[in-house]
Amino acid sequence: MKDIILQLSLRSIRIHFLRSVLAALGIVIGVVAISSMGMMGANMTLSVTEELSKMANIVVITAASGSGGGPGGAVGGFGGGSDEKISEEEFQDIQKIAEKYGLVYVVYRESDRIKVGDREGRSTIYGLDEDVMRRIFTLSDGAFPKSTASVIVGPTLAERYELKVGSRIKIGDEDEGVTTTVKVVGILEERGMSNDINSDMAIIGSEKLFTGIYGNEGEYNQVNLILNDINDSQKARTEILEKMNRKKTRVNVQDSSRMLESITSTLGTMTTFVMAIAGISLLVAATSIFNVMMMSVTERVREIGIMRSIGAQKSEIRRMFLYESIVLGVVGASIGAVLSLGIGWIVVLAMVGSTDYFFLPESLLYIPFAMLVGIAVCVLSGVYPAWRAADLDPVEALRAE
Amino acid sequence: MPGDAIIELCGVTKVYPLPAGDVVALDRVSMTIGNGEFVAIMGPSGSGKTTLLNQLGCLDRPTSGDLFINDRNTREMNDRELTSLRLNTIGYIFQRFNLLPLLSAYENVEFPYLMKHRRPDSSGRVGELLAQVGIDRTMATHKPPELSGGQQQRVAIARALVNDPQILLCDEPTGNLDSVTGQQIMEMLTDLNRKGRTIVIVTHDPGVARYAQRIITVRDGRVA
Ligand SMILES: Nc1ncnc2c1ncn2[C@@H]1O[C@H](COP(=O)(O)OP(=O)(O)OP(=O)(O)O)[C@@H](O)[C@H]1O
Ligand SMILES: [Mg+2]
Repeated sequence: MKDIILQLSLRSIRIHFLRSVLAALGIVIGVVAISSMGMMGANMTLSVTEELSKMANIVVITAASGSGGGPGGAVGGFGGGSDEKISEEEFQDIQKIAEKYGLVYVVYRESDRIKVGDREGRSTIYGLDEDVMRRIFTLSDGAFPKSTASVIVGPTLAERYELKVGSRIKIGDEDEGVTTTVKVVGILEERGMSNDINSDMAIIGSEKLFTGIYGNEGEYNQVNLILNDINDSQKARTEILEKMNRKKTRVNVQDSSRMLESITSTLGTMTTFVMAIAGISLLVAATSIFNVMMMSVTERVREIGIMRSIGAQKSEIRRMFLYESIVLGVVGASIGAVLSLGIGWIVVLAMVGSTDYFFLPESLLYIPFAMLVGIAVCVLSGVYPAWRAADLDPVEALRAE
Repeated sequence: MPGDAIIELCGVTKVYPLPAGDVVALDRVSMTIGNGEFVAIMGPSGSGKTTLLNQLGCLDRPTSGDLFINDRNTREMNDRELTSLRLNTIGYIFQRFNLLPLLSAYENVEFPYLMKHRRPDSSGRVGELLAQVGIDRTMATHKPPELSGGQQQRVAIARALVNDPQILLCDEPTGNLDSVTGQQIMEMLTDLNRKGRTIVIVTHDPGVARYAQRIITVRDGRVA
């Protein structure tokens, strides 16, 4: 059916084409901004989740600090701040409990000064069992250490100190006179963020090397459990906590699912925040739509008077102006949606580094979402002008030039 | 003939409040217009003729007093009902044509029809009316700015008639036209009156007023 009111709205837009395009442009920008930011957040979350779930099979057990509160923090297993150690006896207990779930091993860890040539710095030094090393690490160069004087190093550390297979590192404080020189025999592949061992910036040697430098044999910083089945995570955690902490709180257990949750929720908050900032651009668009609609009303006062005086209801006048803002909104939002596919892709590629997840519903959903927000903003900006137009006095309106 | 009255005014006063002081445009006007009458309203410029016609056309409400249309007090009607009265019962022909510039001549005539019936005219009434006032099919596709004054006034007349109103109100319908066109239009109105419509026409021109059965004179907002 031919809707004459819609016709009037469309013709008015066509007559003021440039003005209408400029107003719709605001909506286009707003929609692109919101959907790109939303998609960026969604893609980041998806890619981080995937990254993290690769290592979600690790359960980290640390000693409970006497003063309560978990060492190691909620995120990551750094635990560097805690002096509490897990004793050999406790380790044996843990092993008895957790053996059935997977590989249980101990970690010695210390942060110390290092010197390569005449460059000084700090690094984390890990002491691990040689067999464990072979199981959890991959080398990009060299071999695993065979003697207590040889170590493997993380790729970031290697790059920073220009370490190669055969390089030498002095561990310890020279001012205190006790240093140990070790030889690099292997370079690790990049392992990324992990909650068991952060190897990228670390020096990893045998347990004997570690206790040779720092003593403390049989006092471990943490015990790691590598699960055979990722789904055992909760069960293993509960069982260890229950059995180990029966009399008093001796250990804390972190499984990666917790960390995953907290990172995902942090990313979610971030995404919402960034989208809200993008939403400000829609506020600007709202102002310009409002302005255009007010102009349109002012220019058409006489027309409104004519329509009212020959029997058009107030609702008809309102409809005419609301249509105008809805058309601007729908056209602007649609153009914005199409552009979002391109610009969103570029933003995701630039910020996340991968567009593997771009076409998943979780990501594309932000386009219709942004469209709806854009159209809603348009309609809301048109409400006041439309009501004003409808409430004009017919006689006064007819007298307008 | 009070029972036969289609329009009745009882002490209608219209005051325009202005910063410089109130302007009393209509002062306690009481009068009756019978069904099927042809009435001319005359009076000097600024005397309140248009203001009076706007009251009759329910474009405006009286500041005080009562206006009855078909024995219904307009004071008791809300905006929606008044609007629907303008749509269905009253046809208004303005001094300045007042066509909608974005619509073609045809659409201008169709507009009140669409407002009333909510569907396009399939009976051919719009085209018929346009033919009656002498607007042919090609001319009907033109927008008002592309038409001459006389042509615009004819379209406006067709528009006023499209919903077959009981009352036709005309504010200086010939004021902007040459005498030949003016005469044609007056003859059309006379013809409509003969077919039973009530016609109220505002004019300065005694030659035009001659067509009416009764002349009402307005002076300083009062009916003599
Ligand atoms: N909207 C308004 N606001 C204020 N004053 C008005 C308004 N409309 C009319 N008036 C005043 O009311 C009086 C009557 O005006 P009206 O337009 O009815 O005169 P008229 O008889 O139609 O004159 P004309 O023959 O020039 O058309 C005038 O003094 C005019 O200034
Ligand atoms: Mg007048």
